[in-house]
Amino acid sequence: MRTARAAAVLAGLAVAVAACGNAPTTTQPTASSSASAGGAKTLEGVKLEVAAKWTGDEQKYFQQVLKAFTEKTGAKVTYASTGEDTGAYLGPRIQGGSPPDVAILPQPGLVQQYAKQNALKPVTDAVSKQLDTNYTPYWKELGSADGKVYGVLVKAAHKSLVWYRTQAFEDAGVQPPTNWDELVKASQTIADSGTPPFSLCGASAWTLTDLFENVYLSTAGPEKYDQLSKHEIPWTDPSVATALEKIQQIAGKKEFVLDGSSGALQTDFPTCVTKVFGQKKAAMIIEADFVATPVVQSKAKVGEDAKVFPFPKAGDTTPVILGGDVAVAMKDSPGAMALLEFLASKEGGEIWAKLPGYLSPNKNVSPDNYPDPLTKQLGQTIVSAGDAVRYDMSDLAPSAFGGTDGKGEWKVLQDFLRNPSDVKGAQEALEAEAKKAWK
Amino acid sequence: MTDRLDGPAAPREESDSRGDSPAPADAPHTTRRFGPSPVIAIAFLLPAALLLGVWVVYPIVYSVFRSLFDASGTGFTGLGNYATIFTDGAMLTTIRNNLIWVVVAPIVITTLGLIFAVLTERIRWATAFKLIVFMPMAVSLMAAGVIFRLVYEEDPDKGLANAVLTTVHDTFSSSQGYPEARPREGDQSPVAAQGGAVVTKQAAQTGRPVLIPIVGIKPAVMPGNAQAAKTPQGGNELSGTVWFDFTPGGGGKNGAVDGTEKGLPGMTVEAVSDGRVAATATTAEDGSFRFEGLPAGSYVVRLPQSNFEPAYRGLTWLGRTLITPAIIGAFVWVWAGFAMVLIAAGLAAIPRDALEAARIDGATEWQVFRRITVPLLSPVLLVVFVTMIINTLKVFDLVFIIAPSSVQPDANVIALEMWRVSFGGGNNQGLGSALAIFLLVLVLPFMIMNIRRFRRENA
Repeated sequence: MRTARAAAVLAGLAVAVAACGNAPTTTQPTASSSASAGGAKTLEGVKLEVAAKWTGDEQKYFQQVLKAFTEKTGAKVTYASTGEDTGAYLGPRIQGGSPPDVAILPQPGLVQQYAKQNALKPVTDAVSKQLDTNYTPYWKELGSADGKVYGVLVKAAHKSLVWYRTQAFEDAGVQPPTNWDELVKASQTIADSGTPPFSLCGASAWTLTDLFENVYLSTAGPEKYDQLSKHEIPWTDPSVATALEKIQQIAGKKEFVLDGSSGALQTDFPTCVTKVFGQKKAAMIIEADFVATPVVQSKAKVGEDAKVFPFPKAGDTTPVILGGDVAVAMKDSPGAMALLEFLASKEGGEIWAKLPGYLSPNKNVSPDNYPDPLTKQLGQTIVSAGDAVRYDMSDLAPSAFGGTDGKGEWKVLQDFLRNPSDVKGAQEALEAEAKKAWK
Repeated sequence: MTDRLDGPAAPREESDSRGDSPAPADAPHTTRRFGPSPVIAIAFLLPAALLLGVWVVYPIVYSVFRSLFDASGTGFTGLGNYATIFTDGAMLTTIRNNLIWVVVAPIVITTLGLIFAVLTERIRWATAFKLIVFMPMAVSLMAAGVIFRLVYEEDPDKGLANAVLTTVHDTFSSSQGYPEARPREGDQSPVAAQGGAVVTKQAAQTGRPVLIPIVGIKPAVMPGNAQAAKTPQGGNELSGTVWFDFTPGGGGKNGAVDGTEKGLPGMTVEAVSDGRVAATATTAEDGSFRFEGLPAGSYVVRLPQSNFEPAYRGLTWLGRTLITPAIIGAFVWVWAGFAMVLIAAGLAAIPRDALEAARIDGATEWQVFRRITVPLLSPVLLVVFVTMIINTLKVFDLVFIIAPSSVQPDANVIALEMWRVSFGGGNNQGLGSALAIFLLVLVLPFMIMNIRRFRRENA
């Protein structure tokens, strides 16, 4: 497995080198003319700390991007992993007055929260210029709080996808469904064939919020979606019931969920992918593009053994939901701003784009950079969808509601998976938690 | 806490060292003053007092102060945070869990420690045994948590606990059925599920083959010797086929035996008449069955539940109900060795002659243990017990690591909740401080108890 991965990385690097031509020798003149921080290694001797939640391969690939930054500017960058709970990692460090230079926040909600605590530094004009040239206004807004721009969306995730094991679909003789009823019907057929259709990652509750958001955006439409995101309508609204009832159709049947709901609740995110594509125990997994990384680790080929179809329409809207990580500066250092500028630039984005498991929200990063046709296609949908897409709702909520283990929406949706018959109880619990978080 | 111990001790030491020459000369007429001048005393106390002030007193005072304010730290809420602790459902769960912990864990640990200590006194390899039981103490709680997370994994192929359970279970009874197989849903199916069994919807007649289509057979449970399903022909007996009604790749006709569909061998089939089982048969490799010598008439054909019993998969250790006992098990694993070593040390200090005297007087071993050993050991047992109560109240790491996030609200304890509300999610350090103070108040009586005991022993 390790050799296969290494080979994949090497291949990626080879492409990168080939694409840049003899980049190492010619990079200096072009860089100095395009970016202000470029040219000679102006940040020689500067030390930076970057904190992000990535581990494993995602961390490895990000460190390759950081290495490119070091080669360009001379600044030494160390990486610190925050773990799943970024707020819990950064909170004490902010409180203690020693935050990392740059933090990559998994939720725009945290940008607002930290901006209120005066823990963030607004971006400089140079960074702002990169944002204007490379991003649509929607993305710029996501990194802003109270009219000031603090963050750069550096990594996007396409969350309206369903991954499936082609062999399981072939064995059952079903085609990728295009709407919810077809999905339920196909699931029944797959279950009849002896394979549980879904592997749910109940222990990683954010996968459940993603599922809910896709169904909700599709059944209730974008306007209601925005209202619910801001808690302008209560969670006891009938539209929420409709969405939960749809989820009930798949989560409520024990033959539809691998290992039943109790097993699913003990399965965390990469494990549930391995169960589908490695152990071949189930047929589908409802999650984002970054599922590709564990798929590759399971020795399955993306595009052959593992394919995706867009999240089926459960109502009138075809859902397109994105997640994404926002880089912010927490210290007023030239190094921090230079790194933000690099990450927001076409150059930085294209280096990252050549590595697996990455989608750029940067419209000037050509989709041709992505290492496989699937990512290419996803990249195009993100860039072309523009303002029509919606951002992951739970990530827009206060993190006590939408981003903490064992609390808020995360807990209630896990409880709902445990007992999918109680739609009303789930709604009331959601509303009670939302009231606490939005007060 | 420690300053109360140090306080009286420090002057006494001083008086010992310089007791002979200056003191009597200094104070001939006033009341005799022990120890040095206040200035020197303060100078000696200062470093300790400073450290205690910075690391203990200030944080406690500040936490009390902070607990009276809301999340942002600017709005005064009075005792609001404390009210939240006792009204919020999730917080009450954590308090309940802490109660379970405090009641169960110290008792189990002290008892186990006592048993180990008394038993190891008698065995030849005592040191080796003690070393092994004490070993978990060398592992950090964090690592112990990771170990037990794996031990409690539900899949018997991964989790040790369930691997042991299933192995033991399977040596006594093993299930060779078709778990999770079921009739197809909907009205078209000629059979229906009924209380775990599968029965024909219409009475079967002798001479006409009965079709029993089954779906949802996992590839792993499909027997290797299964043949393509066949419908038995001819004969006047009651006969039929049980088969997997699913054509690989799709396209088969539901409810009909298509060419490639496989029979399900080894199924037990019952012919039921008026609620009584009239005959039993077992399906052949092609799924067909035949009831020999059954009188003509109409029967309900039933596949009893035993055909569909799922294989035993052990317990859901990390589920809602077992999570707290499971974590307490890990905690006991870590601390039993510590209790054993302390109690063994106490045991070594017991006067042998008391035991010998009792034995000579004809006491049984149990009586010696019950009437002599335990009472003589009781001071040590109490120390171990109280120390364990304090340790239990502040348990954090094991719960944090072992409980999967989906059941963490059910396994939550005060220390973990304190950290979660303070730094995770809401960043509500007001409520977090209130929880910290609450925890302190819970621990205090036991601390005082321990200190009193130390003092009495030193006196």
